[in-house]
Parts: sequence; C-alpha cells; structure tokens
Amino acid sequence: MIKAVMVMNTQGKSRLAKFYEYLSVEKQQELIRGFFQVLCSRAENVSNFIDAESIFGLDSRLVYKHFATLYFVFVFDSSENELAVLDLIQVFVETLDKCFQNVCELDIVFNYSKIHTILDEMVFGGQVVETSSSEIMKAVEEISKLEAASNAISLIPKSASGWRSR
Amino acid sequence: MGSQGGFYQSKEFLDLVKSIGEARSKAEEDRIVLNEIETLKRRISEPDIPKRKMKEYIIRLVYIEMLGHDASFGYIHAVKMTHDDSLLVKRTGYLAVTLFLNEDHDLIILIVNTIQKDLKSDNYLVVCAALNAVCKLINEETIPAVLPQVMELLAHPKEAVRKKAIMALHRFYQKSPSSVSHLVSNFRKRLCDNDPGVMGATLCPLFELIARDVNSYKDLVISFVSILKQVAERRLSKAYDCHQMPAPFIQIKLLKILALLGSGDKQASENMYTVVGDIFRKCDSSSNIGNAVLYECICCVSSIYPNPKLLESAADVISRFLKSDSHNLKYMGIDALGRLIKISPEIAEQHQLAVIDCLEDPDDTLKRKTFELLYKMTKSTNVEVIVDRMIDYMISISDNHYKTEIASRCVELAEQFAPSNQWFIQTMNRVFEHAGDLVNIKVAHSLMRLIAEGFGEDDDNADSKLRSSAVESYLRILGEPKLPSVFLQVICWVLGEYGTADGMFSASDITGKLCDVAEAYSNDETVKAYATTALMKIYAFEIAARRKVDMLPECQSLMEELLASHSTDLQQRAYELQAVIGLDAHAVECIMPSDASCEDIEVDRDLSFLNDYIQEAIEKGAQPYIPESERSGMLNISNFRNQDHHEASSHGLRFEAYELPKPAVQSRIPQALIASTEIVPVPEPMYPRESYQTTMPSIPSDAGSAELKLRLEGVQKKWGRPTYTPATSTSNSTSQKTVNGTSQGDGASTVSSMCETYDSRKPQVEVSHEKQKLAASLFGGSSKTEKRPATGHKAAKASSHMVEKSHVPKSSMEVASDKATSAQQPPDLLDLGEPTATSTALQLDPFKQLEGLLDTTEVASAVNGAPAASISPDIMALYVDTAAGIHNKNDADLLSGLSNPSVTNMPGTTAMPQVTQSSSKRPNPKDSLEKDALVRQMGVNPSSQNPNLFKDLLG
Repeated sequence: MIKAVMVMNTQGKSRLAKFYEYLSVEKQQELIRGFFQVLCSRAENVSNFIDAESIFGLDSRLVYKHFATLYFVFVFDSSENELAVLDLIQVFVETLDKCFQNVCELDIVFNYSKIHTILDEMVFGGQVVETSSSEIMKAVEEISKLEAASNAISLIPKSASGWRSR
Repeated sequence: MGSQGGFYQSKEFLDLVKSIGEARSKAEEDRIVLNEIETLKRRISEPDIPKRKMKEYIIRLVYIEMLGHDASFGYIHAVKMTHDDSLLVKRTGYLAVTLFLNEDHDLIILIVNTIQKDLKSDNYLVVCAALNAVCKLINEETIPAVLPQVMELLAHPKEAVRKKAIMALHRFYQKSPSSVSHLVSNFRKRLCDNDPGVMGATLCPLFELIARDVNSYKDLVISFVSILKQVAERRLSKAYDCHQMPAPFIQIKLLKILALLGSGDKQASENMYTVVGDIFRKCDSSSNIGNAVLYECICCVSSIYPNPKLLESAADVISRFLKSDSHNLKYMGIDALGRLIKISPEIAEQHQLAVIDCLEDPDDTLKRKTFELLYKMTKSTNVEVIVDRMIDYMISISDNHYKTEIASRCVELAEQFAPSNQWFIQTMNRVFEHAGDLVNIKVAHSLMRLIAEGFGEDDDNADSKLRSSAVESYLRILGEPKLPSVFLQVICWVLGEYGTADGMFSASDITGKLCDVAEAYSNDETVKAYATTALMKIYAFEIAARRKVDMLPECQSLMEELLASHSTDLQQRAYELQAVIGLDAHAVECIMPSDASCEDIEVDRDLSFLNDYIQEAIEKGAQPYIPESERSGMLNISNFRNQDHHEASSHGLRFEAYELPKPAVQSRIPQALIASTEIVPVPEPMYPRESYQTTMPSIPSDAGSAELKLRLEGVQKKWGRPTYTPATSTSNSTSQKTVNGTSQGDGASTVSSMCETYDSRKPQVEVSHEKQKLAASLFGGSSKTEKRPATGHKAAKASSHMVEKSHVPKSSMEVASDKATSAQQPPDLLDLGEPTATSTALQLDPFKQLEGLLDTTEVASAVNGAPAASISPDIMALYVDTAAGIHNKNDADLLSGLSNPSVTNMPGTTAMPQVTQSSSKRPNPKDSLEKDALVRQMGVNPSSQNPNLFKDLLG
C-alpha cells in the first residue's frame, strides 16, 4: 500500500503532503525534512529509488522523480512495485499537465484542493485505483462541473426563498 | 481551463503565498504564518460568513498546517462544513477533515453521523467523499456504525462507488480483521464484477487475505490465471491502458497473488506456466511499466514451483536489466537476481562483472541492494571478500540505521562462514571499532568466549597464539581515540585474562594501558569496572607467579579515586583489588587461578557442605527442612482451613494464633544460599555481574541454544578459489560472439534475438584486472562467462517450441476461462478484432514521443512556426532571460526525468505524430510568457538565486 505522497520544491518547501496513515503534524514535518535532505544529496543520473526504512520505519521504500523545480515523492511498502510506482508518478504529472496546461509549481500552490481531488482519483485509501490520465481527467472535470452546479443551485434557493417570503 | 481552473481564489490567499515565498528566513516565514493564524482565528469565528469565504479560510488552514503550523482551532469549522448541502463546500470540508483529523480524534463523533447520511446520498460524489473520509477516519469502534451502508454500496450502479466501497471494506479489514471477517466472501463475489476496475480493486484485499491464508483460496487459481491471460492479451478496453500497457497494476497484483498461490504447490504452478511465459514473450520491455510487469513475472517465477523454461526467460530478462544503462533497471535486476539465485545459484556467475559494477557504483541505493544480494550468496569460499567489502562500506556511511543492519549482517556472516578464527577476531575487531555501539552485546560475549575457549580443537599452541595475537592487536587498537564502550569491555577482559600470559608484555605494560583506558573513558562506569577487574587479574597472576608486584603510580591514584567512588560497584572492585594484593601467593592462586575462565565450575546442588551446620542447628531445636512438594500441599490445606474459619468467625474474636510466616519465603532461602556462599573455586567470585560474564562461557550447555554461536567445524580454511584465468575468459567470449552472429539467423524468438543483437552491438568492455580478480573471489572464477549466449539461444528455441506446444492446451483453456469469466468481463472482451487493430498504434513509446519535446527551442520553432514569426522578439526575450544559467540545467533535468535511458539506445528516435499534436495543444510562448509575468508580478519567485522556480514542469 502507498503510505504517503509528497510534493516538495527544490528548496525543501512542501507543496503537497498526504499521508495515508495518520501522523502528527510535527512527525510529518520531520519526515518531509528528512526526505528532503536525502533527496537533495542525491546526484543526477542515479536510480529513483531510496531505501526509506531509516526515516519512515520498517518495510518502506521511496520512489521520487525530479521535474524542474519539484520533487514528487511516493512512499510505499513491499506490496507495490518500484518501477510501477515510478510510472504512477509519471501518470500523476501528466494528469496535472493536462489539467493545467503546462503545469508549474505555481499551479500546484494555488490549486491545492484540486490537486488533492486528482490524487484522490488515483490513489484511494493507499491503493492505486486508476492509472489512466484521461480517465482521471474525466472524473475530475465531472466533479468540478457538479460542484459548480451545486454551488449555483445552493445560492439561488436562498435568495429565492428570501424573495418568496417577502 | 486555465491555471486558475475555475477554483476560486482570493487576493488574500495569493498575497499569503506570495509573502511566504518572499520570506528570506525561516523566522520571517514563521512570523507571516503566525500573523495569518491570528487573522484566521478572528475571521473564522465571525458570524454569518459566506460559504465561499469559509471554504477559502479552510483551504488556508490546510495550507498552514502543511507548512507545519498548528491549525487545530479551525478543525471544528472543517467538521461543520461537512454538514453543508453544497457539494463544493461539503467536499472541501471532507478534504480538510481527512487531512486534519485522525481516527481517534475527539471530533470524529461529530462526523460519523454525517458520514452515515452521506453514504446514503443520491449524489455519487457525496458518497465518494464520504467513503474517502471513511477510509481515513473510521476506527474499530465506529466501523459497525457505517458498515451496513458501505455494504449496500458494493452494489451501487456507479463503478467508481463500488470500487471505493471495496477499498473502504479493505481498510476495515486492515484495521480490525475480526469486525468484517464474516463479510470477506464479498471480495470473492466482487471479483466477478462487470467492471474490470472494480475487479482490479478487489485484488488488493484478496492479495492481503491470500498472504495470510493461502490454502483457502487455491480454488481461485484458475480464475486468476484466466483474468491475467485476458488482461495480457489486451481484451480490456483501452481506457485501462497505462502508457500502452494493458492494466499494468492489475497484472502486477495478479502476478503477486499467483506467486503466493503457486509457492510450493506444483499443481497450482502448472496452471500458471503458460500465461507467465506469454507475458515474458510479449511484454514491452522499452517502458518502465513494461519492465515493472516483467520484474513481477520474475518474482512470480522464483516463487512458484520451478519451471526450467520460465527460469531461462527470467534469467534473460535479468541480464537485460543488468546490462541496461538505467540505474533503475539495474536495481531491479539486482533485486531479481537475489530472488532467482535461491533456485538456480549458477546464474549469478554470468552476471558477476555487472554485479561488481553495481557494487562500485556511486549510487547508494544500488550499492545497498547489491550488498543485499551478496549477503544472500555468501559461502565459505567468498565470505572474506564480501565481509571485507561490507565493513569498508559500513565505515564509509553515517546512517546509523543502515550501519546497525550491515554490522549485524557482517557478524552473522562471519560467525556462519568464518574460514579461520584469526580472521574472525580481526573482522570482529573492525566491526567493533567502527560500529561497536550499534551491535548486540551478545556478540561481544561470544567473541570473548571464542578467545577464551579457543577453537574447540585440542591445540593449546594455536590457542595461545590466537590469544597473543588478539592481545597484540588490542594493545595497538587502544592507541586509537574514541573507541566504543562494548569494544573496550572486550579489550579489557582479554587484556586481563591473557595480557601477560605469553610473557611478551610485562605486567606494567598492560596495567599502564588499562589505567589509561580507565582514565580516558572516565565517565563510562562499565568500562572502568572491566578495567579494574582486569587490573586485579594481572596483579593476581603476578603474585601467583611469585613475582614482585609494583603498583604503578597512576594505578595507585586510580585506586584511590575508585575507593571513594560514588558507584558501589566500582568501590567494591577497588576494595577487592586491595584485598587481593595483600594476600600471599597460595591464597591468590586459589581465588584467581590463571586461565581458568573456561573451567567448569562445580556447583554442589545438594549443599552437602552445610550438613554439619544443619545438624548442629537441629540439635539446638530448629525445625527440620521440609521439601517444597510436601510444603505446598500443607499450605493449601491450611489455606482452606483459614478460609473456612474466616467465614465462620468473621464477626467473633479470633482465637487462633497468627498465621505462620509463609513457607514460600522459607523455600527461597536455600537458593539464595547457593549464590552467597559459594565455596567452590570460581574464578571471580566477587560480584554477580562479572561472574555472570566470565562463567557464561564455561557453561555452554545452558546458554548454547540461544547464543550466537560460531560454527567451528567443517569450515574451509583457505582463501577463495584459485581458479581464475583472466586472459582466456575475454578471448573466449569474443570468439563466442562471432558464433552468435552466425547462429542468429535461426533464432526465431524476438526476445532472444533482441538480447543477442544487444550483445553484439555492445562491444565487450575491457575489464580491469582488479575487477576480474574480485569477481573471481566472489563468484569462484569467471571462466564461464561465455556460457550465457549459448543458453540464451537455447532458450529461444525452447520458447518457440513452447509456443507451438502451448497452442493445444490454449484452446481448451480458453474455453474454460471464457466460461469462468464470461460474466466478469465487459462485452468487448470477446471482440478479438480490436486488440490486433490497436496493437500497431500501441507500439508507440511515450518516452520516445516526449523526447521530441525535450529540446524546447526546436519544438517551439517547429510547431509554432507561424506565430513564432510574429512574436519572435518576445520569445527571444523570454529565452534570453532564462537561457543563461537555468535553461540548460533545466533541460537536463527534464531529460533525466522524462527520457527512459533504455530508450536512448534505440536508433532513429523520430518525433511521433502525437508529439506534434500534444505540443500544438500545448501552449505556446504567449501562455508561458503570461505565466512568467504572473510569477514575476507575484514575486513568489523570491530572488535571483533560483530564477527557474516556476519553470514549467513538462517542457
């Protein structure tokens, strides 16, 4: 199962942090710092895998991918396959790219809740549920459509009821 | 949808992000965030906040908490938001609570009711949001509250909901297996869901269930095999593809499940051979995800009942992985090799040079994986080289967790395979010196024991040689600064026992060193205690040998200090030392016999030496001793009597005398006597702790089973094997290559021909002498390198045979499988026409396509030829702006990120149609410019130190 998904920039600021098992805020920060230290000490052209047992506890591996100014980090246990998770990161980034057209760090900062929506469509309760970026896009677009609609509806009745009662 | 994506943002949030981005120090950032927290605290509790505003506040809170600050004051508002009717607000609320709260938080009680209601909602998005919260926030106690609703959702018309309901049920199972144990059959049922996505989701819980109890799922083997077969044959709709692989995560899960089910079960394994072989043959090996599936196949093959053909295919894939330039593939290759050598140890030999390359690679992850492999393949012939390497690496790293692990592995290997005791002691010295505080104290005890007992062979001469070499090495090591405490304890003990035994070193040499130790590590009491006892032994041996004892001045001052020590232990040892020095030679010989740590101690369990004393006591009128067995019976009786009596007379006066003191206490006394009145000669009778350590080695029978033990018999004493012949191996392999070239014509299988062409294309790299030598000592000779291509070729033939043979059973299998799963799969499964049509299109490699994108300038100018002309000055300006330092670096980053190194080997990577398509959809300088301008204006990008902060992620 996937234990955590993190996105942090090359200066160590976290841009997204989702832990599938509860950890206190302090512990989360400690882990993010720990991972960042390991990540930035790694040379280029080395493997994308790191043994995370010393930071995250027994049976945990880490796969990361570096895009421009961001590190995408997935932590998981032995029931997942490293290469497959690496590909999952690729899918995640491709989806973000489709969603924001030329995604950049700024998009991730400002569309915090949308990034979570996308991630929730891919990974649910620590298990991978969807790997096709176009399917994810479809689901996310439907969600934002319905959200917008429900917002409109919920705003109208209020004013309408106010108007009727007059 | 633009970058704002229709999601509402306020100016304030943008300002917050901006100012945090501009912060020059952590302190400044903290100040800004604390300010923001104050603002939010004030605003959020105002009455009648519009929903939009509220939603934004909550998102800001989430953001603040992500930065590591406390946002708990807003949790209750997030909980309130989940009650809202508006989907947008409700989802935000759920998002916030899943991030904020844990399953044991006090506020959960307020959410459970909402979740219950939302799980029944008509709107599937509300249901999904609630399910998401269920996964994170429901604990063992609250499971029953939502379980009925979740069960109902298993039959929901929307497949997305069914999928998530399965996952929620899986989560319940993880949290509390007993609460859902009666519902486990639902996972089996859902395996037959119409929707392959739901079927795929059920594999996750099934995998876990099967891992716990393999036998009750053996009946599903046929179904799993047929599902895997259909997935691998691309019978699923293209929507399940991921980078041109059909449903790879489903394939991987299935292969993992099959590996569990087929482990040690020949019959079940036989059902799997065909499908796994098919995947080996057909799987696309140029993409990450394809290789992930191939790796999973290897794991499966190495776990199920072995099949020679599959093992050969697996070995081929491994060699492809190891020869790849990608570190990721090498890593997987090493891992796979470690699995396969358990079944066919000989395959490691083909890859020895690749393994050594990985061992010397600068990549730490790869190195560690390789050490893991070496650990698995250690034998008595190569233990010296491997342990030596491990220790070198252990010294070079600073990660304590891994250091401990590798140190314990070194100890384990050294104990199992030590070629000689000399080597063992040297190895242990190195381990102790560099990781002494991290190894188990038992290891130190077994080292002392080894030195004391010698080899188990009756060769006193060799024993004393070993001891004097140990003493010599320890005296040398003592010169080093900062030694670990455990190691010092061993050193002190050995110096005390054997320091003066061979007469090479005088008592004043040794005692001087021991005093130095006690002084240098003056705040380590254990070491000081060991040193004091060692001093006492040295002096005792001197006295026993009738030599004149001169206490060194530093030793005297040490004793004075210890006599007044706060530690009673140290004090006692110092007094004992003083007492021993005052005794005559004969007495000292009795209490401190030389080299007697291994002598068996005679314990008189009957305590017969007390007979006279007891007799005397009985004559004086003492009670005779009653054995425990009789005594306990009496105790019970008297207890009964007492109870009865209590009930009867609880209100009256008690006329009975007071109870006798509990005999149980009495029974302990004789046992205590054993410890306190030892009269038998014991080497160090003065103190329980010390005597435990010294006597322990002498009683091997009771400690032996639990103790880490050195294997002393049947161990080879020689170094490595002398079989290596460097010159012949290279010449042989080149000649073999030409043979390959000619024989390649009839190699039918694509897999093997591919790896053969790879071989011939890649020139045989000149291998350095040392490497070969290392290889020889690790693998016992590199003379067999040329074996591989030959077997590869054989595999090709064999596998093509298998194709023909497998046609016959295939048809019958297919009937069975179709029958079994006709209900499970969507109609297009039976449509055989589609896959063939798509397969050609699917050959496109995503990475190849993306490669075209890497050179930004080229693509931009090629695709946007026309617009480029009109706004070219702007573009140029943009590039000039960034090109200087960043651009190159950035391109390099992207290159490493996007291009799969294995692809770069492929000749003729042309830009695929999809490239142009995606890049024409892709925007264009204008967009980028706007974005860039926004970034600049926002100033989120703080300074010149990192101007590429917001460079687009993908091209």
